[in-house]
Amino acid sequence: MTASRTETTMLPQPQVDLLPKEGVVAVEHGVDGHTVLTVEREHLLDVLKSLKETPGLDCNLLADICGVDYPERDARFDVVYHLGSLEHGHRFRVKVPVTEDDATVPSAYGLWKAADWFEREAYDMFGIRFDGHPNLKRILTHEAFHGHALRKDYDPSQRWLLTEENLMTPKWSTGEQKNDDHLDTQVLNLGPSHPATHGTLRTVARLDGEYITEAECEIGYLHRCFEKMSETHGWEQVIPYTDRLNYCSSMINGVGYALTVENLLGVEVPPRAQVVRVILSEFSRIMDHAVCLGANLVDLGALTNFWYFFQIREEIYGLLESCAGGRLTVSYARIGGLAHDVPLDFEEHVRSLLARIPKFIDDVDKLVTTNKIFRDRTEDVGTISGEEALAWGWTGPCLRASGIPYDVRKAYPYSGYEQYDFDVPVASTGDTYARYLVRMEEMRQSLRIIEQAIDNLPPGPVITDDHHVALPPKEKVYTEMESLIWHFKLIFDGIKVPAGEAYGFTEGANGELGYYIVSDGTGHPYRIKVRPPCFAIYQAFPHMLEGSLVPDAIAILGSLNIIAGELDR
Amino acid sequence: MWADAIVTLIKLAVVIGVLLTTVPIMVWVERRGSALIQDRLGPNRVGPWGLLQPVVDAVKLITKENLIPDGVDHFLYILAPFIALAVALSTFIVVPFGQGDGLTLFGSKIHGFIVAPDLNIGILYIFALAAFGVYSIVIAGWSSNNKYSLLGGIRSSSQMISYELAMTISVVGVLMASSSFRLDQVVMAQTGTWLGFIPKWNVFPQIIGAITFMVAAFAETNRLPFDLPEAEAELVAGYHTEYSSMKFASFFMAEYINLVTSSALIVLLFFGGWTLPGLTIPHGWAGAILSLVIFAAKVAFFLWFFVWIRWTLPRFRFDQLMALGWKVMIPLAVVNFLWVGVAMALGIL
Repeated sequence: MTASRTETTMLPQPQVDLLPKEGVVAVEHGVDGHTVLTVEREHLLDVLKSLKETPGLDCNLLADICGVDYPERDARFDVVYHLGSLEHGHRFRVKVPVTEDDATVPSAYGLWKAADWFEREAYDMFGIRFDGHPNLKRILTHEAFHGHALRKDYDPSQRWLLTEENLMTPKWSTGEQKNDDHLDTQVLNLGPSHPATHGTLRTVARLDGEYITEAECEIGYLHRCFEKMSETHGWEQVIPYTDRLNYCSSMINGVGYALTVENLLGVEVPPRAQVVRVILSEFSRIMDHAVCLGANLVDLGALTNFWYFFQIREEIYGLLESCAGGRLTVSYARIGGLAHDVPLDFEEHVRSLLARIPKFIDDVDKLVTTNKIFRDRTEDVGTISGEEALAWGWTGPCLRASGIPYDVRKAYPYSGYEQYDFDVPVASTGDTYARYLVRMEEMRQSLRIIEQAIDNLPPGPVITDDHHVALPPKEKVYTEMESLIWHFKLIFDGIKVPAGEAYGFTEGANGELGYYIVSDGTGHPYRIKVRPPCFAIYQAFPHMLEGSLVPDAIAILGSLNIIAGELDR
Repeated sequence: MWADAIVTLIKLAVVIGVLLTTVPIMVWVERRGSALIQDRLGPNRVGPWGLLQPVVDAVKLITKENLIPDGVDHFLYILAPFIALAVALSTFIVVPFGQGDGLTLFGSKIHGFIVAPDLNIGILYIFALAAFGVYSIVIAGWSSNNKYSLLGGIRSSSQMISYELAMTISVVGVLMASSSFRLDQVVMAQTGTWLGFIPKWNVFPQIIGAITFMVAAFAETNRLPFDLPEAEAELVAGYHTEYSSMKFASFFMAEYINLVTSSALIVLLFFGGWTLPGLTIPHGWAGAILSLVIFAAKVAFFLWFFVWIRWTLPRFRFDQLMALGWKVMIPLAVVNFLWVGVAMALGIL
């Protein structure tokens, strides 16, 4: 059992007698601490409902829905639901096997709104239909795409002609429509190429004057088949791809992936690597928040703050570069530790950053936080209540801004987060201003964590000495026969992760970043599903827009920190 | 007679020359100034301190392909930038920029450093032309056949109409105090001091009017925090989204010329023009040049003020901007001129 995952694998367990019985084929205990229920399709909704509503179970968070394809099985697909309870801390994985001919399950949208886009994605990627879903259509691939890309028998070398003609057009967006005063309304495309959609996001909105009456989002412009590609790469080779998920805080993605694979492997990460991971993850979080707030402020016309924050980002990139060689995409985490040790001046470098960064945060604080124009622009704009945010599957700073103090680092500490003294900032109003305040405070809390971590940076190796996983040091390879063999085997066969599955989740900059990984014991992942935090957040966006102004839409969008790389994968 | 005409032509050439030179200088100040504020370097490659950057930019804009997008209304699309530039250049003819009394050139009297010295409607002419300037933006927004441009154009028309009211009313107090529409007379009325040390500038008794006027000037010039017609993040580039090359540059130049005019007006109406307390400007060419320098320095300060504000404040939302204009700015302007009236009746002013 690994030190780094112990806490997660020891997730709180639900009371067994409360678990639903009817329709449950099997109850297992996963290596990731989840209670795994295999459920008959006919009883799926009842089981989900009782998991959500039974007192004592209270699964209020639907973290993820995905499909897994087992072509050799009779019931070819598994539809996998990841549920959690914020009060009790226990986690469930509900699996529903369905056959290819009848790949239909009832939609969970009525229980959690979060199911909206996750079900669309499962439909898009596997062709699994969700009965009762309000808007079941493709989401990551183009409307005119053929087939379902994540099925094992889908040939990735196929090419489809995708033209503008079959762009996503919401039903309400065609034809003339009058407003209450019998004046014309118009349909406006915000994006995919628009100064405020930092990334490629497209929102179609019907405008009455400047008020948005209806809106729908189209995503997938940056879909890079991360999950499909992972299935043909070795376990280590996936790490560079994870960098490109949330590219503003690439370190966090790599660490999250490594932790999940380490959990499956049962590998222990040396303490030094854990501390360095924490330090660099927290720096990445600061960068991510800085970029989010900076871009949000640019969209509100306050460009200067953007540059103040970019100065921070630039200096942190300097640190990452000195450790990893890369800046934006660091690829520094490895399964079992880190690629190599930090440079000699690491501690000094970190301390100088700790001394410099607060000034930039304070500068922005002084310029913006009490500024009347800024407050008028952000207060009561894009307000969402805690329950509603949770129903949409929100996590991270956006959820905390609505008053729910859920932070994976506190609730399920990993990499030694339990040793650090830090607060989870929470705001109550749930508006754009609250999200700004939460992110500002989180940057300061991250600095606190780094301060404690750098004071206790232990010496020692930065990667496990388990040579099923990590290469032996070069000098040993040249001098010892056994090390040479290990080196040879790892280079030629790669890491072999034992068959099994795990859902590992960490606190990404936007919220719960989950990796659901299925291994079949070969040198490649059988299935990797990323649970990108902003995917869940963004699905609420069109609903938040209704009734607001175009400038509000821009303010809200910026405050949600939608990173297209993570959203579209 | 012909000498008068030549003098007027020279003045016109000087005004247009100075205005058009101010544009690149302001562009440079804006870029280097924003860099200073934002902890960056700014353009520093072309010429010493990047001073030649605006020249290179101008060459680029002039030599760029003259692009007219499909679906635009050709005539109006081309007309709009012309209106913008023409209006911006012609407002300055009633703006005096120094003390030029009693000077002669080629034996002809100069009648002050002002292109149209005998135009007795002075400030009214400026407001009339500025009101005309909104047409360029509305026409540009409409003729571009682009939804973002249209939204920018509509925003702009309502914004400018609202703030023109506040601007005009805020000036009434000044006009009452100096009993003239002519700006040189307005400056003359501000010479001298109260109690020996407070300059007799309108800003002191009419601080409310001065603030209202300045805020309205920001709105009229479409500068942050009131740059809603071209709010980049929302409307891409607003009314000039579809414009490129010199047609875009015309809008750009018009904006900066308006900035100069607004700064000059702020100085003339509220900050004593080319006067300084305790300084009697001598007659003759020496005094004229001194007054020019003082005036230029004051205008430069306000130009910098515009830059400074732009890189400090975020942008208003449209409805908030309108609420501010109608519910705060216009009442404040009215309060100002009521106060001036009462003060004049009581003999304080």
